[in-house]
Amino acid sequence: MTGSVTGNDCDVVVIGSGPGGATAAHILSSAGWNVIVLEKGRNHLLELTEPYGPMGHFSNDEIKFTRRHFLGPDPITEPRTFRRSESDGDRFLTGHVNSLPSTVGGGGVHADGKLPRFREVDFSLRSELGGVEGADVVDWPLEYSDLEPYYAEAEELVGVAGEAGNPFAAWRSSPYPMPPGADMYGSLLSGAAALRHGLHPYRAPTGVNSVPYDGRPACNNCGFCAFYGCPIEAKGDPVALLRRALNTGRCQIIPEAYVHEITTDTSGKKATGVRYLDLRAPVDNPGGPPVHEIRSDYVVLAGGAFETPRLLLRNGLGNSSGLVGRNLMFHFQTMVAGGFPERLWGASRGRSVTHLHDDHIVGDKAQDVAANGAGLPWLRGGIVEHGGAAGPILESLSYGSNQHHAASMRASALRERLWVFTMQGEDLAQPNNRIDLDPSVRDAWGFASGRVTYRPHRHEIATSDHVAPILESVLRDAGAEWTAVSTSPPTNENDPHPAMGHAPVSYHIMGTARMGDSPESSVVDPSGRLWDIDNVIVADSSVFPTSTGYGPTLSLVALAARATRLAVGDPLPPTAPAKP
Amino acid sequence: MFSNFTASQLVALRCVLDRVIPGDDLTPGAGEAGGAEYIDRLLGAFNFDPPQIWAGGPTSGRRGGAAAFDHWIEMGEWEKLAWRTRIDQWSLVYEAGLLALGDDFVELSPDQQTERLKQTSTEFRSVLYEHGCESLYGDPIYGGNRDAKAWQAIDYRGDVQPEGYTDQEVSAP
Ligand SMILES: Cc1cc2nc3c(=O)[nH]c(=O)nc-3n(C[C@H](O)[C@H](O)[C@H](O)COP(=O)(O)OP(=O)(O)OC[C@H]3O[C@@H](n4cnc5c(N)ncnc54)[C@H](O)[C@@H]3O)c2cc1C
Ligand code: SF4
Repeated sequence: MTGSVTGNDCDVVVIGSGPGGATAAHILSSAGWNVIVLEKGRNHLLELTEPYGPMGHFSNDEIKFTRRHFLGPDPITEPRTFRRSESDGDRFLTGHVNSLPSTVGGGGVHADGKLPRFREVDFSLRSELGGVEGADVVDWPLEYSDLEPYYAEAEELVGVAGEAGNPFAAWRSSPYPMPPGADMYGSLLSGAAALRHGLHPYRAPTGVNSVPYDGRPACNNCGFCAFYGCPIEAKGDPVALLRRALNTGRCQIIPEAYVHEITTDTSGKKATGVRYLDLRAPVDNPGGPPVHEIRSDYVVLAGGAFETPRLLLRNGLGNSSGLVGRNLMFHFQTMVAGGFPERLWGASRGRSVTHLHDDHIVGDKAQDVAANGAGLPWLRGGIVEHGGAAGPILESLSYGSNQHHAASMRASALRERLWVFTMQGEDLAQPNNRIDLDPSVRDAWGFASGRVTYRPHRHEIATSDHVAPILESVLRDAGAEWTAVSTSPPTNENDPHPAMGHAPVSYHIMGTARMGDSPESSVVDPSGRLWDIDNVIVADSSVFPTSTGYGPTLSLVALAARATRLAVGDPLPPTAPAKP
Repeated sequence: MFSNFTASQLVALRCVLDRVIPGDDLTPGAGEAGGAEYIDRLLGAFNFDPPQIWAGGPTSGRRGGAAAFDHWIEMGEWEKLAWRTRIDQWSLVYEAGLLALGDDFVELSPDQQTERLKQTSTEFRSVLYEHGCESLYGDPIYGGNRDAKAWQAIDYRGDVQPEGYTDQEVSAP
């Protein structure tokens, strides 16, 4: 297939350059397709001319990355809205809502890259555990074994460092490409205490080089990991994928290109390409930003689980099921902080989080009893990240104006002496939790903003209530003098000033174009294409039918690799567990 | 410094910052450390090309590597629009806030200053506090945290690339 034969500009347009879009760009360009990646954000990741080196824009700079919207989206030009339900009216708040970076590389740029796989049971919750009233718990249309080869490929491409230390992990066909990196001191304390509590902490599989890999250096533990671009390219996701794609000579990345329309033929069943706004033109360009059109045989939609349904809804595409935007899931975050007598240096050294445990996903007798008490058939939590706190500006903001500000900062109770467990709790799908188009708030280009309508199921709250005291006692055993629990969203929605705000702060966004076995009950087919338009491949976490309790990124990369390999007719052969 | 404020406004700003985020014998106050200059530089970011909103990278030169933080990063057209809008809003907030503090603010007693501050808008106080924290504990390139004294006071090294930390410093500090 080449553009010149069909009269098209390229074989495939990829919308979005985050981990999902980057994977698609790599697989498709490697298979010989001509690829154009359109990214609405700006490029700070890598030079777009040979040899595609780093741009040098990333640095250890708390102001740039956490206070000044460096990686976008700026809520002034791209506001989003949130409400808990219709009873909040059209919206409860406007501004920054789950805004993953909008930039070349997407959210991969500033994630700290904990990249665990899902487990076998995650693909068949409905048939193995059964449904839950008020939630739409389903099986995935594929099994773990279908995805295993792509998990292995994803780990290889991104460069994941890890080891076989988790007794609950799914089977693997091959070892991790790299050994784990340095343990953070705090996680040695919290890990030892977790062990004493009968839990099973392990070194987190992480998309960060522990040794030189793929032409990029080993991490030097600079401490500016979560929320920062890596100044030395030790984080593999997604720079490794985009650079490979560019190196084929068949991939072009166009930043500041905001796709507002997927064009179709008259039947409406075939995509013919896209139209996008060229945001590089001056803002006072007469008539608004110039519109460009690209014609292609395929379109890969990888705008992330927030923007993907927004684009489909705006275009009225892919929605014969009525499910586009629905079953929006976030991880329910339970944060348990502990204050230690001595400095742990977790805020300034290492990769933000170096250990995890899965015990609250797997459950035990006590968790079953808690489920019973809550009138639920089961409870499933999520990975617990053992991690440090954030930088000094954030700490100083939290003290408020007072006489002891300087002394508090030196004592550093909320930074270097803090250690935090964050549980990424499984969020059950509910059709009323959704992204739709706000009736009146618009972005700078006149398009309706995405609006989140979201309220957690009582499963998430019951799970959090059950797990939080366990995590508090582990932290105390590790040496914490005090502990404090906060959740996002709040467990009590009548709290006027919840610690983490009203809208979910999770950056794990899933489920708004779910994948399934039939066009009536899903948006995307088991091979990753829209049921309604089979030359549109969806390559981000919007396709997840359930949220699981694991970070979504490795799985969305594996799914994107699978969908695009199926499209080029080059699926990976089945795998089997490696011999020990 | 960049002419967004008059000389006497700068003095008042310095003084009120020291009141809001006071120093002690080990840590400078936000005003003392250059907080007014930080705010002035932020509000005047567009007097420069590229605007001084995002410092460059990857290294400051303090730990080896090139001194590149002063290679300010080019902004996109729509980013400039958003930041001009934001800065215009802040400028109005500061103007009104300084007016409410009065010309005689620096001459007042600490108690009277606290009283005056209460008469300013909540918005002014919260913007001032946020910018004060950023200036004091952010990178000196942005105009505050003079000589990185506030970082030294909290035993914080700031940016560490390209040096980073050894595995030993991470696991057994
Ligand atoms: C601080 C932080 C830490 C994290 N840590 C982890 C972790 O440890 N483990 C984990 O699994 N996940 C983590 N995540 C989440 C991870 O970043 C996301 O899961 C991942 O980025 C999603 O990838 P994606 O490709 O689906 O979408 P995105 O990364 O959101 O990329 C989508 C891209 O598409 C672009 N786009 C959208 N619409 C359009 C359009 N219309 N036209 C053109 N371009 C468009 C966007 O600008 C964006 O760049 C973390 C996130 C954050 C913020
Ligand atoms: S901790 Fe390592 S991977 Fe993270 S930003 Fe620093 S050098 Fe890069």
